[in-house]
Amino acid sequence: MIGLNHYLVISVLLFSLGLLGVLLRRNLLIVYMSLELMLNAANLALAAFSKYNQQLDGQILVFFIVTVAAAEVAVGLALMVALFRLRQTVRVDELNAMKL
Amino acid sequence: MQDALFLLFALVTLVGAVLVVANPFSRDPVASAMFLVVTFIGLSGLFVLLGAFFLAAIQILVYAGAVMVLFLFVLMLLNLREEQRRKYSLVKGFLGTLLVGLLASFLIGTIFGAPALTVPGPAPMNAGAGPLGKMLFLHYLLPFEVVSILLLVAIIGVVILSKKDIR
Repeated sequence: MIGLNHYLVISVLLFSLGLLGVLLRRNLLIVYMSLELMLNAANLALAAFSKYNQQLDGQILVFFIVTVAAAEVAVGLALMVALFRLRQTVRVDELNAMKL
Repeated sequence: MQDALFLLFALVTLVGAVLVVANPFSRDPVASAMFLVVTFIGLSGLFVLLGAFFLAAIQILVYAGAVMVLFLFVLMLLNLREEQRRKYSLVKGFLGTLLVGLLASFLIGTIFGAPALTVPGPAPMNAGAGPLGKMLFLHYLLPFEVVSILLLVAIIGVVILSKKDIR
């Protein structure tokens, strides 16, 4: 029988994969996709808690997270386009102008 | 039946996520974006299994539709073709994997060590758009309006950021 714990384990694994992508990948776009993976892992955990606590509040929170994530992706990608115009690269190890 | 579907959707989600982060066949960011769509579809199936039908629809519409179009649009706009394999520092990769593995095992240990929920299991909960909308517009009206202003700010910000010369 599938219970709350199974959903939470899937959520943890998804979050870990996203974190691994943020830590290891060097392409800024793929780092962004990994951030989306982490947000979706949080959404899955919230929806699972919402069902097993029989309260709808978790789903409302997921709704807000999806909205904020969409706004964040739009602004982030616009920043990336502006950055690419300036520096002709989206690799994080070449964007080190602020490094000491 | 539900257990088999859970396993299927969980597998689709996790395999898609692995291929987004570390695709052994291709370094192409477009491939990663496509596997991100696979992950979103798997997650949408998990939402349906959780009884969150509205969220499943939102997941497909907003993520697999809008966000993914944005990603692909920027990918095509930047036209990154010299994405060749560079040698990765093995020490960094090992350390990162080790840290993330430690975090994941700690979290999973916490999940299974936590006391059981006091609510006696899931009741059939009708979570279509109706009850969700009622709650959204009665209890969460102020956050809803704040989010709409946030979206407006994001629209204006993106237009200004995308202008040719930012002063």
